[in-house]
Amino acid sequence: MKFREHRVVGDILELAQRYRDQDADELVFYDITASPEGRSVDRGWVARVAEVLDIPFCVAGGIRSVADAEAVLNAGAEKISINSPALADPALIDRLAARFGSQCVVVGIDSQTTADGYTVYQFTGDPNRSADTRRETLSWVREVQDRGAGEIVLNCMASDGVRNGYDLAQLGAVRAICSVPLVASGGAGAPEHFAALFATHSADAALAASVFHTGAIAIPELKQYLLAQHIEVRT
Amino acid sequence: MPMDVAIIDSGGANLASLVYALQRLGAKAVVTDQADVIRAAPRVLLPGVGSAGNAMARLRAAGLHTVIPTLTQPVLGICLGMQLLFASSAEGDVGGTDCLGIIEGRVERMPASPQRPVPHMGWNRLRILQADPLLDGLSDADYFYFVHSFAAPVGAHSLAVTDYGAEFTAIALRGNFRGVQFHPERSARPGARLLANFLKL
Repeated sequence: MKFREHRVVGDILELAQRYRDQDADELVFYDITASPEGRSVDRGWVARVAEVLDIPFCVAGGIRSVADAEAVLNAGAEKISINSPALADPALIDRLAARFGSQCVVVGIDSQTTADGYTVYQFTGDPNRSADTRRETLSWVREVQDRGAGEIVLNCMASDGVRNGYDLAQLGAVRAICSVPLVASGGAGAPEHFAALFATHSADAALAASVFHTGAIAIPELKQYLLAQHIEVRT
Repeated sequence: MPMDVAIIDSGGANLASLVYALQRLGAKAVVTDQADVIRAAPRVLLPGVGSAGNAMARLRAAGLHTVIPTLTQPVLGICLGMQLLFASSAEGDVGGTDCLGIIEGRVERMPASPQRPVPHMGWNRLRILQADPLLDGLSDADYFYFVHSFAAPVGAHSLAVTDYGAEFTAIALRGNFRGVQFHPERSARPGARLLANFLKL
């Protein structure tokens, strides 16, 4: 397990503005302990972020109902992302898509590599509750799309936090059965890892956290590097 | 401070990001579904999230389906709000949805494939076909943020198009009515410029 030690990386408003100014294309705010602790995201900060951000942002963590999602979207978020609550109540995806449209509804999947293939994990925000759901990742990917998910963020747990690159084999397998945008998560450690992801068309977008938070990779330099590799990025 | 722009409340969530974007430009916006407020506004924004069917039902319930086509001030539809300017949309129950009928044509679902996943979500450039004050200071090099599953056809109304598998209308114009398929309020500096241009129309 690679994400048992979470770090506080600073004031979210300050971070949001920093990434906006660096030309990040989208921001995702994870309240990772919300689901394990049985609480919803506090939405006060969502409105403060929406006031200053002029790029899309997504809020994840503890959204268990249409009312939870509505509060976050009304506060100015572009999308909501659900993970553990979707596993506990898959029909939540249908209800959210029917109410807000698929384009707002992101499903996050924490997927572990096993001897038999790929398995979905739940409550990964809490080391003591993180558990194998016995769901096969590819069948869950199909189900969430059928239920109306408009985007899938696949976090490949075996590569997460290791910084050895995205799990291109797993992402490629999911990409092949995915007709909605697929966002790769877990493993980014160097600009070459982003280039490999896009060159192999293994995902539609790349998500990274620690390499940006620590300053190991600066977004403007990353984009210049990708442009030099003939990968189209917004600059 | 007098109102600069009325934002039509067509239901759904997420008007906050638009209100904040206008605030950042120093503009005063009022969110309303009142016909008299909308008629009196110097400019009108028609946003929209959710589905064409729901949004049209909301506009009809407020009596706005007959008011909006008669407006004479600058009107800007955003995303679904742009699609509602067209005659009809394939979105909705069997047979689709009759829309406002200000621009001819039917909005169709975008075909999905692993190469071109739908919803189309992401930053794209435009191919500008006609000059317009809405595009002052903007060019084909600027990126805008798109999130949509349905798209408007290309025609005489197309100010700009974008390619995603096939070309679709990214900005539409008919008289005082304009529509943008992308979200200017979420399109960084080029989006802010476009909204600022609209506030000067």
